[in-house]
Amino acid sequence: MIINSRFFNRSELIGFIALAALLFVILPLSLDVFRLNLVAKYLTYAFVAIGLVLCWGYGGILSLGQGVFFGLGGYCMAMFLKLEASSVENTKIQSTPGIPDFMDWNQITALPFFWQPFHSLTLTILLIILVPGLFALIIGTAMFKRRVGGTYFAIITQAVAAILTILIVGQQGYTGGINGMTDLRTLKGWDIRPDHAKVILYFFEVFLLFGCILLAQFIRLTKLGRILVAMREQEDRVRFSGYSVANFKIFAFCMAAVFAAIGGAMFALNVGFMSPSFVGIVPSIEMVIYTAVGGRMSIFGAVWGAMLVNFAKTSLSESFPQLWLFGLGALFIAVVLAFPNGLSGLWADYVQPRIDRLLASRKSKMSNGADSSVAAGAPAE
Amino acid sequence: MALLPRVAFGAGPATSAVNTTGLAVTDTEVTVGILHSATGTMAISETGSIQAEKLAIEQINAMGGVLGRKIKVIQEDGASDWPTFAEKAKKLLVNDKVASIMGCWTSASRKAVLPVMEQYNGMLYYPTFYEGLEQSKNVIYTGQEATQQILAGIDWITKEKNAKSFYFIGSDYIWPRTSNKIARKHIENFLKLKVVGEEYFPLGSTQFNSVINKIKLTKPDVIFTDVVGGSNVAFYKQLKAAGIDLSKQALLTISVTEDEIDGIGGENIAGAYACMKYFQSLKNDNNEKFVAAFKKMWGDKTVIGDVTQAAYLGPWLWKATVEKAGSFDVDKVAAASPGIEFKGAPEGYVRIHENHHLWSKTRVGRAKLDGQFELVFETADLVQPDPFPKGYQ
Repeated sequence: MIINSRFFNRSELIGFIALAALLFVILPLSLDVFRLNLVAKYLTYAFVAIGLVLCWGYGGILSLGQGVFFGLGGYCMAMFLKLEASSVENTKIQSTPGIPDFMDWNQITALPFFWQPFHSLTLTILLIILVPGLFALIIGTAMFKRRVGGTYFAIITQAVAAILTILIVGQQGYTGGINGMTDLRTLKGWDIRPDHAKVILYFFEVFLLFGCILLAQFIRLTKLGRILVAMREQEDRVRFSGYSVANFKIFAFCMAAVFAAIGGAMFALNVGFMSPSFVGIVPSIEMVIYTAVGGRMSIFGAVWGAMLVNFAKTSLSESFPQLWLFGLGALFIAVVLAFPNGLSGLWADYVQPRIDRLLASRKSKMSNGADSSVAAGAPAE
Repeated sequence: MALLPRVAFGAGPATSAVNTTGLAVTDTEVTVGILHSATGTMAISETGSIQAEKLAIEQINAMGGVLGRKIKVIQEDGASDWPTFAEKAKKLLVNDKVASIMGCWTSASRKAVLPVMEQYNGMLYYPTFYEGLEQSKNVIYTGQEATQQILAGIDWITKEKNAKSFYFIGSDYIWPRTSNKIARKHIENFLKLKVVGEEYFPLGSTQFNSVINKIKLTKPDVIFTDVVGGSNVAFYKQLKAAGIDLSKQALLTISVTEDEIDGIGGENIAGAYACMKYFQSLKNDNNEKFVAAFKKMWGDKTVIGDVTQAAYLGPWLWKATVEKAGSFDVDKVAAASPGIEFKGAPEGYVRIHENHHLWSKTRVGRAKLDGQFELVFETADLVQPDPFPKGYQ
């Protein structure tokens, strides 16, 4: 196994420390709980974006259906929370107490069988990983084994997103339909709504995020990561070298799905809400945009992209309730036209060289040419 | 502005007395939030509500505001997206400390906002007619709940058309399903008549030919519809194209207001009956003044539907409640709400019930070619709101 002698090169280390300082220290100290909770919401998309860096940036598999996995993870979590919020005591006003309110509105009188596992937190956590993972495995196997890729794959993932939305909306008695699952209150008796709970959830999420960042970085640096990049550049050569291209693609796709699902679960916890509007085509494309804005070759870029785009969304819509969507659209067009490698590309092209020069002039002994980061040196497609 | 009579703000009672919970109230100003979709698919429906609320607030300010304080508005965009509604509601309550929020439209957005209102103790004035099965200390429902809107209308059309059979067509979500459930129980259990069909279509659906064929086969005396939004345009056009003449076939809708007819076209729906509490064509002094002021502020071409009128009530009811309570505190406003009257309502006199819904009349109008309704029936008395109707669940 070839692993780079250093886990992070210097520019990545700077990025890592900067992000850690921002998320662990600067934001919690400078923001009130409401804004911090918003950051927690933005960061749930960062999980998806990291998955997309692996699968799209490195593996070259563009998935326009990450909302599906975000949604599956989110719904698993929401189902657990909803069951806990629907205790007999809380729902005694219903015709059938003890089941979620939307089931009662739809004349369902008993909890359906597939809701039963969500009484248990352990099972729920397993399912948050397993359901999207298996679903991605099935889609991935069906597509990649048949060598369906590129645009066709992107279109199929999009169709899956549309199908799942229709399914959730149509089966409103079992899923809450277009309303989604609202009014989620407690996690194992611990109220997730007050301010101190929001702060704890924020830190929990940031820890998980760094876990995912390190995992993604590890995958990137192993031989596996190299094969992914090779596959993106010259699929046939990799295949002729004896690798099973399909299996590597399936793996990358499954990893991206699991990351997205973790994001979704964190979303349900932090926002206290899950609805089909996070599953469909539009949110799925937005998730790709976060990654593109941040730079699809850079794990840290993806996190920044998810945060900045969502921050722009919030602040633009607060300042210009009627016009903000146009502003956001313009921002996307500008980023894609002017900086195809996103923010991290911008950093690598303009900021990093200056820092390097500054450092080089101070410590001329240290060389930094041998270990150019993939983020900085990635070829444009 | 110099031409307007100058209203001096700041003559009201001391801020410390009327605001004990840290709301955004100063000696001269009180902040109120407006939270509707200004963008996205719902913008077409919710714009009327925003306009009505702004009109009411402007009129209240011209009269001297609330407790001597000018109402300042912070408007947020829910963007037709339910979680965004929840986020913005939270922002209005936590960051801006608004004294009340006029907002939400769809049931989904209200369901998303409700936990936020209850957690942070806000006051929401919700304008849309809706399915009921809800009651909250933190919400005043200025539209009708389902039994209020439907029952009197069904009774009237049964008598008028000597109807024996009904056919239900709705969009597939909670409001049509609950409304139809109530309508079915009423028709089957109380009137002892028949419902010969019940069909649902996904939101945004534009293909109604299959159900129109079934209608032609079963020949129901009354078609009862709660199809919402853009689907209405396709539905009424296809109905007309299939040769169903609404001057002969009775159709009662609870989801088409003047706003929807704008899109459907008067020629496609003329003759249909709509059942709600307000029509723009109502003849009374309040309404004539309201329609004139609305058109002056927002242009001659605007139409005013049921929900727009209900949205107009929100700021007025809140003002009356605050003045009765002598305080902006949400707890006191919530407690003072039952019994609050508004005599200047365009729909006529309304009063807040203990369950935070409004007593209001139910009316049936018949759609005309020009997109307005002609009033054909109204209940003699105010109908009591009953969000948890016994025998209908």
